[in-house]
Amino acid sequence: MQERAEIQSVWTPPTVLLEAREVTVAFARPTGARVVVLDRISLDLRASEIVALVGPSGSGKSTFLRVLAGLLAPTEGQVCYRGQPVRGPNPGAAMVFQTFALFPWLTVFQNVELGLRARGVPSEERRERVLAAIDLIGLDGFESAYPRELSGGMRQRVAFARALVTEPDVLLMDEPFSALDALTAENLRTDLLELWLDRRIPTRAMVIVTHNIEEAVFLSDRVIVFSTTPARILGEVRPEMPHWRDRDAPEFHRIMDQIYGMLAGERQRRLSQPRPLIQRLPQAPVGLITGLVELVHDADGRVDLRELADELQLDASDLLPAVEAAELLGFVASEDGDLLLTAEGRAFAEASVLQKKELFRKALLDQVVTAREIVQALEHRKPHRMPIDDFLDLLDRHFSAEEARRQLAILIDWGRYAEAFAYDERSGELYLESPSP
Amino acid sequence: MWPVVLRLLRLPRPRAADVFVLAAVGATLYVLLGAATSELRRLGPSVSIDLHPRALPGYAAMSLARMIMAYVLSLGVALVGGYAAARNPLLERILVPVLDVLQSIPILSFLPVVLLTMIALFPRQTLGLELASILLIFTGMVWNLAFSFYHSLLAIPEDLLEAVRMMRLSWWQRFTTLELPAAAIGLVWNSMMSWAGGWFFLMAEESFTLVNRSFTLPGLGSYLATASSRGDLRSVGYGLAALVGLIVLLDQLVWRPLVVWSRKFKIELTEQPVPQSSWFLDLLQGSRVLGWLHRHLWTPICEWIDRMMLSIGPKELKSTPTRPTTALAAVTAGAGVLIALGMVELGRILSRVPPPQWRQIAAGAAATTLRVGTSLLIAAAWTVPTGVAVGLRPSLARTVQPLVQIAASIPATALFPVVLLVLIRLGGGLEVASIVLMLLGSQWYVLFNTVAGAVGIPQDLREASALLRLRGWLWWRTLALPAIFPHLVTGGLTAQGGAWNASIVSEYVTFGGRTLRTLGLGALISSAAAEGDMPLLAASTVAMAGIVVVLNRTIWRRLARLAEERYHL
Repeated sequence: MQERAEIQSVWTPPTVLLEAREVTVAFARPTGARVVVLDRISLDLRASEIVALVGPSGSGKSTFLRVLAGLLAPTEGQVCYRGQPVRGPNPGAAMVFQTFALFPWLTVFQNVELGLRARGVPSEERRERVLAAIDLIGLDGFESAYPRELSGGMRQRVAFARALVTEPDVLLMDEPFSALDALTAENLRTDLLELWLDRRIPTRAMVIVTHNIEEAVFLSDRVIVFSTTPARILGEVRPEMPHWRDRDAPEFHRIMDQIYGMLAGERQRRLSQPRPLIQRLPQAPVGLITGLVELVHDADGRVDLRELADELQLDASDLLPAVEAAELLGFVASEDGDLLLTAEGRAFAEASVLQKKELFRKALLDQVVTAREIVQALEHRKPHRMPIDDFLDLLDRHFSAEEARRQLAILIDWGRYAEAFAYDERSGELYLESPSP
Repeated sequence: MWPVVLRLLRLPRPRAADVFVLAAVGATLYVLLGAATSELRRLGPSVSIDLHPRALPGYAAMSLARMIMAYVLSLGVALVGGYAAARNPLLERILVPVLDVLQSIPILSFLPVVLLTMIALFPRQTLGLELASILLIFTGMVWNLAFSFYHSLLAIPEDLLEAVRMMRLSWWQRFTTLELPAAAIGLVWNSMMSWAGGWFFLMAEESFTLVNRSFTLPGLGSYLATASSRGDLRSVGYGLAALVGLIVLLDQLVWRPLVVWSRKFKIELTEQPVPQSSWFLDLLQGSRVLGWLHRHLWTPICEWIDRMMLSIGPKELKSTPTRPTTALAAVTAGAGVLIALGMVELGRILSRVPPPQWRQIAAGAAATTLRVGTSLLIAAAWTVPTGVAVGLRPSLARTVQPLVQIAASIPATALFPVVLLVLIRLGGGLEVASIVLMLLGSQWYVLFNTVAGAVGIPQDLREASALLRLRGWLWWRTLALPAIFPHLVTGGLTAQGGAWNASIVSEYVTFGGRTLRTLGLGALISSAAAEGDMPLLAASTVAMAGIVVVLNRTIWRRLARLAEERYHL
């Protein structure tokens, strides 16, 4: 703790704690196709900094965090901790999970104690350190409680205590606040930042994966923006504001808009590219897309994306897929971080329920190649039926098995609403309800 | 209970390898037969059983001791086997199909093989007989335990595994803080099932007839067997009373406390219809002496082992999955050669079965399949309405559930004399009587599971059905049957296993000095064993195991998948 202050005071360049060099993670599908999850990502993590990783879902930021943690070996490239290549779990790092990852059958005390037991710390010393960590994180009185007796916020506090008790150099956090309600999350976030700023924890650097852009700007010294397909680093934004940052300050808004702009630019780039045969569809069910289009329509056809997220009390992760989908279908367009309603979008928002379906169908068949392919394939077959497994095999060549299922689910959701095709769950077949003659 | 069992049903896709495995298992066991048959004739005389009630406590203790030894052995083998299968991809591909086939083979068809093998290893000693009995109980207990442990290990959430690796826990720490606790509930339930199975076949496990000789070990099972073969109904009554008393005692002192205690190992927060409390557990947890021992003996010992294992045990630090080592590959290759040799030997034995006997086996298989099917239908016909009626009254269900569990543990074979007397007097003969006997050994599983299913029907669905005025068949079709379907599948599968097992003892009955038999695969197995016709024994056992595997892989697997996908509440 002292050390960090001294280093800062004499302006020596801070030590590089964790260094990722050209990290690529790829895996081979059984079909032989290669799916690239991370494409040559490099990052230096220096002492005394908080780095946030943001990006759309599927951009591999959580995967990258696991590579930094040493939980996942990169296919190419390497990670070094204090100059030593990391093989196996990173000895200088601890991790906090979105799902808390607490042992339900161990008490708070026993959960926090685990990391010290792994190091063979004698029981008296263990007891002291565990109680200190529990005290630090605001859990005193709950030592003998089981996780199931605690609220979500308290559970995540246990997870923080468990991570901090071993005094790691680097604290890695995978969406640590996103499973909590807004108030609880803010409370815990503030407490963590306070511990960090007051140097009451020996942790020398933190990496946080989040989809909440406001959270990233609020906490971190550097925001690394990830892109998807391919999963690369899009750019870096440095919110050079002193803590505690005022979320209503114009500078804060400017930085958030800058990040939203980078993500929107990336979406535009992907939209303008020639359509690949198999697109990655954003995970937005129809209800979310129609809701978004109508919101933009109600706001006279133009909204600031950040303000919209704010107003709806939503995380960007819930909103961004809908934005992406509405853009893909041509209902909205992005301009300087604002969302604009297109002519098609206006027609869609003002249409009756039945007309909406018709407009959605048109947009779907015009813009989504895979949907068009399905309808054509079904029209050519005599019984107008096709097992989804055929189609899943095709998706499997482009996505991981799990992602292929998600892609198919969203396609079926859109197709059902548009009445472009229907799905019979019992037989596992796609079929045309009213085949054109 | 049923989610655990249903997990068991998630059988792998049927493969050609299954046929191979089935043949291989049969082969290895029967190769040992050749050596054993010659030893048989040198065996000493059997123990005589004292039918006086005062001998019962001693016999009960001996039976209990055998069960405990078999259980400890089963648990050990299940933990090692399940762990190996879950953590080593190569072993997984070998062990899972083997376990799956072994679990499908009715345990009583292991009897001749196990007995003869042990006699071959320990000629002219009671030790051989004792070991044979323990091994026989073991073969009935071990497979579901191993499967349960294997599936529990696979079901551990990824984030907990990552947390464990991140904290760099030692192998031993990972095993004791994550893997064993995560498997605890499944292991407790399956232990109860294993014990129930053990009690059910107690008679067959302690007294057997082989190659025209009868072997008897002192115990509760042989007491019942002797009493029933002499037609001494009063002694049968004493024996049954002692057995039920023992089962109830174990339920109160062991199983119920364990079930209640193991609830703390739940990973998800869903409630199960299980006994809510255990007076004995409360007693133990309130004990000061035990509390003191826990603090001053148990905790330091655990601490000491923990640190010992930290310094000597293997560390889990690799981030890539381990590759199969050459040593392992060599062992596998060796096992492959042995299996191949065994298959040749099995082929040789089977080739000695004359064609008329094959026709007999085919006819017997058809008859027994029909009988098993009939008994299942009869069981479902009365247990489903009864089970639903009981299950919808929770206070009644809490009383009935444990009673049904005890009923399932009572060896139906002990009731055979009574049932037979009645049925033969009514003129049904063994053709009909054997169905009733199968029913006695299988219907409880269906009833037990139906009650559990009905208890779990959500209150809101029941209220909605009442408001919609669903009645009669419409009510059954839209609410009750879909809601209990997964439980019905679990119960049906278990009952099927019970019925096939029961066929071995119910189609060939020795009673009051007379031997009654009817057409069936079970009768063929029993008589071949009694007469020492090894080729016929091998052929009919392989046939029965084959049929059960095929039924499991086709009908039951499909029903289980349907239950999981469509009727999962």
